[in-house]
Amino acid sequence: MTNPEAVREDLRGRVAALLAEHDPAATDPVTFHRARFDAGLAWVYYPQGVGGLGVDRELQPFVDALFEQAGAPGNNPELNGIGLGMAAPTILAYGTPEQRLRYLRPLWAGEEIWCQLFSEPGAGSDLAAVSTRAVRDGDDWIVNGQKVWTSVAHKAQRAILVARTDPNRSKHAGLSYFVCDMTDPGVDVRPLRQITGEAEFNEVFLTDVRIPDANRLGQEGEGWRVANTTLNNERVSIGGRPVPRESGLLGAVTRTWRNNADKHTPELHDRLLRLWVDAEAARLAGTRLRQRVAGGQPGPETSALKLSFARINQQLSGFEVELLGEEGLRYDDWTMVRPDRVDFAGREAGYRYLRAKGNSIEGGTSEIMRNIVAERVLGLPSEARGDKDIAWKDLIR
Amino acid sequence: MSEDILLLDTDVETALRAAVRSLLTERCDPAAVLTAYAGDRSLTRALWKPITTELGLAGLLIPENRGGAGGSAREAAVVLEELGRYAAPVPFLTSSVIAATVLLAGDSELIGQLATGECTAALLAPFSAATVEQIPTLTKDADGRLSGRVTSVAGALESDVLLAAVQTPAGTEVHALATAAVTAEPVVSLDMTRPLADITVDSAPGRVVVEAGAGLPALRVGLAIGAALLASEQAGIAAWCLDTTVAYLKVRRQFGRVVGGFQALKHRLADLYVELESARATARYAAGAIAAGDPDAAVATAVAAAYCGDIAVHAAEEAVQLHGGIGMTWEYPVHLYLKRAKADQIGLGSPAYHRSVLAGLIDLPLGRK
Repeated sequence: MTNPEAVREDLRGRVAALLAEHDPAATDPVTFHRARFDAGLAWVYYPQGVGGLGVDRELQPFVDALFEQAGAPGNNPELNGIGLGMAAPTILAYGTPEQRLRYLRPLWAGEEIWCQLFSEPGAGSDLAAVSTRAVRDGDDWIVNGQKVWTSVAHKAQRAILVARTDPNRSKHAGLSYFVCDMTDPGVDVRPLRQITGEAEFNEVFLTDVRIPDANRLGQEGEGWRVANTTLNNERVSIGGRPVPRESGLLGAVTRTWRNNADKHTPELHDRLLRLWVDAEAARLAGTRLRQRVAGGQPGPETSALKLSFARINQQLSGFEVELLGEEGLRYDDWTMVRPDRVDFAGREAGYRYLRAKGNSIEGGTSEIMRNIVAERVLGLPSEARGDKDIAWKDLIR
Repeated sequence: MSEDILLLDTDVETALRAAVRSLLTERCDPAAVLTAYAGDRSLTRALWKPITTELGLAGLLIPENRGGAGGSAREAAVVLEELGRYAAPVPFLTSSVIAATVLLAGDSELIGQLATGECTAALLAPFSAATVEQIPTLTKDADGRLSGRVTSVAGALESDVLLAAVQTPAGTEVHALATAAVTAEPVVSLDMTRPLADITVDSAPGRVVVEAGAGLPALRVGLAIGAALLASEQAGIAAWCLDTTVAYLKVRRQFGRVVGGFQALKHRLADLYVELESARATARYAAGAIAAGDPDAAVATAVAAAYCGDIAVHAAEEAVQLHGGIGMTWEYPVHLYLKRAKADQIGLGSPAYHRSVLAGLIDLPLGRK
């Protein structure tokens, strides 16, 4: 079926058949999602048998819209963003047929929430330096170590994990990639309270956690390559969507400006307009990039977008606190809460200022983004590396 | 704000870009551009003729039924980006964009001559003018002869005809007067690749090319399209500065290493790349909005003009600094771009002016409404 209209017609028919059999209003969400998965209408671009029909990726929004119009339940995309955005494509790329069957259906149905055990106190930007150890014990691996900045770990049943399986090899070569059961008694999740007062992330302590070798994704020692599949998907899921003009933090700041005419000065006015222009320029650069990669995979240029959005968000949120003057001295709430996601819109200016500080760190720091642009877009030489051909155990840490 | 305005080149625009670039690569050597600083303007003549006759670009924005190529602001933007990339000393912006746009509001045979390139025109206004109020008006005596003085006029030295604003009881008329009939004193300009002249008009004969009722709007549109498309020239300047600096830092060695491998410099170039990509997007969006007659054109123009003016200067200043000592030399072309960028930042309204226009358009006023 190569005719795009015929493909759409076929999908429309399949959605209608599923809806006829499972009335979204009368079916519990998990049952509905399992049925949608089994019908190949979950990720329609995935192969048949694992939630898809092997059709073009660009048809996914079309199918999602059909379900949305029919009032179909959501599968918890906000809480399970890591599962849907990062774990699933990695399992698809590297999982065995058994692993795909075991993990993808409950992941899609929102029955199992996933988190990502990657960063460590000693390995953030230098992810290949992780020291969490996995030691072979018969058919299992025994894992010990500490992870950090783990979103939704306190709600997750499963995790993707990068661990060191061979300290005698160089740091990139001695890693393996696993699926970790977060309900294992050796997994200790502790809230990590942040600069904003809330605990959006966690620390995760792994003590003698037993992972069957059957839960390894990819070959032993191939963990770095598998992790890069995850990270590439992370970048795709970050800067992909079009944003309306004057949205996000700029929208918050312009509202504050319009509602506080008594606080206006010519100096603040010019700064506001500079920020408006910068934000609009970044927004248009995003539009241009999307037009350039339409159909293809975004490349290292997406790092440029992340750089400007982090900078602009930080400048905007700082400006807003300053504009508010006396009111900017007051904070809305220092009580520790554990939100599922970042809530820029529901909190006050002071929160936005503090939380935006994370925009230049999370998902790759601005410094790493600049290296990526300089080396992979502009083709400048890479940094001199002293750790490349040395066994990980011999590195100075 | 229209998401469907294409911010990339169409096939036609790609071909146009290639044609302009090929001509400039062949005939606009930086060493030849440099001669403009010694008052030698032969390169301008050598370039302008093929641009008008071989490429037929003089009348790019003039409709076909009036003798032009019937192109849009999008194509003019592509041409200006390439001209900026070469710091090309030709009057495309002043004649083919600004003067042609003003003339479109009238009904004269002059526009046909402009379209074919047999005649080149310039608006009689300081290059820094952003509003019609900043365009000096000439006085008309009882015999209809014009007098007055206008300083810092761009494109005048290359022009056969000057377009002057003339105040009459019925409103502002636009008159054409022969450059040969006025006194044009060349000025020592910051940017000699777009040299300025002070013009003294002393009882010179003019003829009306835009009637009183249409004069002010025509001048306003001319300045606006000039500012919108100057942004593309600025993006071209920034592109040359980044490309050339990156290429230089890939070969320049110090401390036993290629300098481009130092993180302090890589990060500055990465930031410049981010700015350049944004500048290109704003400039193409402004041109695209004008070409499509989109209601967002005014906002798009203010954004592009405010953004690209500063980015081109930043790119040129970084290029000078990152080239080290060679960046300060007369022989190396980077200073041509710094001078062009700094003059362009003032041309047709400063970034601060365009931000103030934007404030009104997007309802972000200073103080109470």
